Amino acid sequence: MGLKIERLPAPVWVRPLIPIAAIIVTFLLTATLIVLVKANPLEAYYYFLVDPLSSRVSAIEVLVKATPLLLTGAAVTFAFAGGYWNIGAEGQLYAGATAATAIGLQMHNQSPWVALPLMIVGGFGAGMLWALVPALMKVKLAIDEVVTTLLLNSVALFIVSALLNGPWRDPISQWPQSPEIAASAIFPKLIPRSRLHLGFILAVIIIVALWFVLTRTAFGLRMRAGGLGPEAARFAGINVGRTMLISALVSGGIAGLAGVSEVAGIHYHLIDAISPGYGYTGIIIATLGTLNAWGVALAALFIGLIDTGAQTVSRALGVPAYLGDVIQAVLLLVTLGMLLLQSYRIRWKGN
Amino acid sequence: MELTLFLTFLVGLTGATLRVATPLIFATIGEVYTERAGVLNLGIEGIMFLGAFVGFAVAFKANEAGFTSGYLWVGLLGAMGVGVLMSLLMGFFSVTLGVNQHVSGLGITLLSIGLSLFSFRMVFGESSVLPKIKPFGQYSIFGDLPGLGPIFNQYLLTYVAFIVLVPLAWWILYRTSLGLQLRAVGENPEAADAAGVNVFRTRYLALVIGGALMAVGGAFLSLAQLGAFSPGIIAGRGWVCIALVIFAKWDPIRAMWGALLFGGVAALQLRLQTTGVDLPYEVFLALPYLVTIVALAIAGRNAAYPGAYLKPYRRE
Repeated sequence: MGLKIERLPAPVWVRPLIPIAAIIVTFLLTATLIVLVKANPLEAYYYFLVDPLSSRVSAIEVLVKATPLLLTGAAVTFAFAGGYWNIGAEGQLYAGATAATAIGLQMHNQSPWVALPLMIVGGFGAGMLWALVPALMKVKLAIDEVVTTLLLNSVALFIVSALLNGPWRDPISQWPQSPEIAASAIFPKLIPRSRLHLGFILAVIIIVALWFVLTRTAFGLRMRAGGLGPEAARFAGINVGRTMLISALVSGGIAGLAGVSEVAGIHYHLIDAISPGYGYTGIIIATLGTLNAWGVALAALFIGLIDTGAQTVSRALGVPAYLGDVIQAVLLLVTLGMLLLQSYRIRWKGN
Repeated sequence: MELTLFLTFLVGLTGATLRVATPLIFATIGEVYTERAGVLNLGIEGIMFLGAFVGFAVAFKANEAGFTSGYLWVGLLGAMGVGVLMSLLMGFFSVTLGVNQHVSGLGITLLSIGLSLFSFRMVFGESSVLPKIKPFGQYSIFGDLPGLGPIFNQYLLTYVAFIVLVPLAWWILYRTSLGLQLRAVGENPEAADAAGVNVFRTRYLALVIGGALMAVGGAFLSLAQLGAFSPGIIAGRGWVCIALVIFAKWDPIRAMWGALLFGGVAALQLRLQTTGVDLPYEVFLALPYLVTIVALAIAGRNAAYPGAYLKPYRRE
């Protein structure tokens, strides 16, 4: 007696419904936690899902929150689709943020037309650089990239902390933070009197590019072939190692852009809490979005909504904002389990 | 004079190395069990975190409730309990459903950390003063003997890790039928199944043993070393353990040496910080991680992964 898992592909129309069903199951599961802390789940979900969209200001804030998530989600998707398990988007984000700050601090007499492209290219490059060693170790030495990318996340944080307590320490502030970047290096606002900035446009461009490369180019096809089955891809004449290297590096670069966007669009200086785990959230988004560019976009917006809502729930009901993190983790696990329904059928079998 | 100073330094360093290595040994041995059975448990970082939190919270509450002596052991037991629960959940995803182990493991980690922080707020509120308990004491088996005395002035759990856990793991894996079954389901589950081994149950068992040990590793930090819980308590140690397992080629004895190497570098960096070497202390903090990566590059090259590593088993 037990669960019996049989291979049976689901009809195509079921597939987009799976993440939606996963969201519903997640909310049912986390409702128990909300009841446990003596709050009303329906009220909590109102603050999570509806309240942020009920005013223009907070609806724009959802887009602000979604901006780094679109980028890290795209970064993780690009690597995962190529069969490269980049768990290092967090560290690559910090590398990008560091490069953006380094460049932004030097741009005091420059025009934004010089400063902004330099920061974007620099941040992309820094993210690539931070992804380079694990990628080379994977391709050349067959060393598990999961471990090395994870370890480098910790190292990136130490480096940022060293910079903020040392050479970049802002003498005016009592917190460890860098001085403010030059005015010309600050991303322009898209909507006056809001926090929505150029980084959002950048993220949208990256999502479109992700869709195009994954589905409309020969490289995307080679990459996905390598991700699905390296042996078969190699047999088909694809240089799997080189393809994987490129997908790992570009993934790092995109994650680096998330760092650029947070420095230049939100904080204007480097702080060690520049990311509350956006790199890891990127993995949730890539999974929820089923490694599909439009899915990733929707997932990032949804997680942005949850992130915004977590603050509201915390203020309104006194439930710790960490509830948002729990919901995201449960959502990841439930989605992962339910995606099985894409190609398998699960039956409860007696004897 | 210089020599005695150097010897004192060495004695301090050795003692600290054993202390720093202890939580890593618990968690690494735990991961060796699960990976030998063919399951990569990336939930390790979160299970250590949850173990540190639950161990502390249970001990704190038990102490409040009037257990003035055994509260730390109650905490440790609580930690093991949640470690087992989380690994059962990991088993549901990786063994029963057979979904991607990388992502499900990370999911377990994110869930464990989220639940810990959420519960910490619920239990202890938003006070700026960290709640504290009186932690485990250290015992010197050589008394006040110069040299050996300070080196072996350690926590009971440290002795357990080196004297019991590592040899026991070696004995179980290589000298018992349970160990043989465990390695068989990690190497070739089809053959193990044909030979009458219950692949699913064996993998669950490995996960449960591993999860309990990981949680103890985390609880060691809160119950012995710190007597407190803070969000930075694990700080990537779980990932280090994943690297140590590869470095150790899935062998408990080598895992111990790996943990000692990391512990040694970490203990050394603590001492170099205080000797006033003119480098930011974060460089020293990063050093053990970088050494681990380099060690991995040297020892992990073409590492012989268990045959069914990352592969779910489905009975057709």
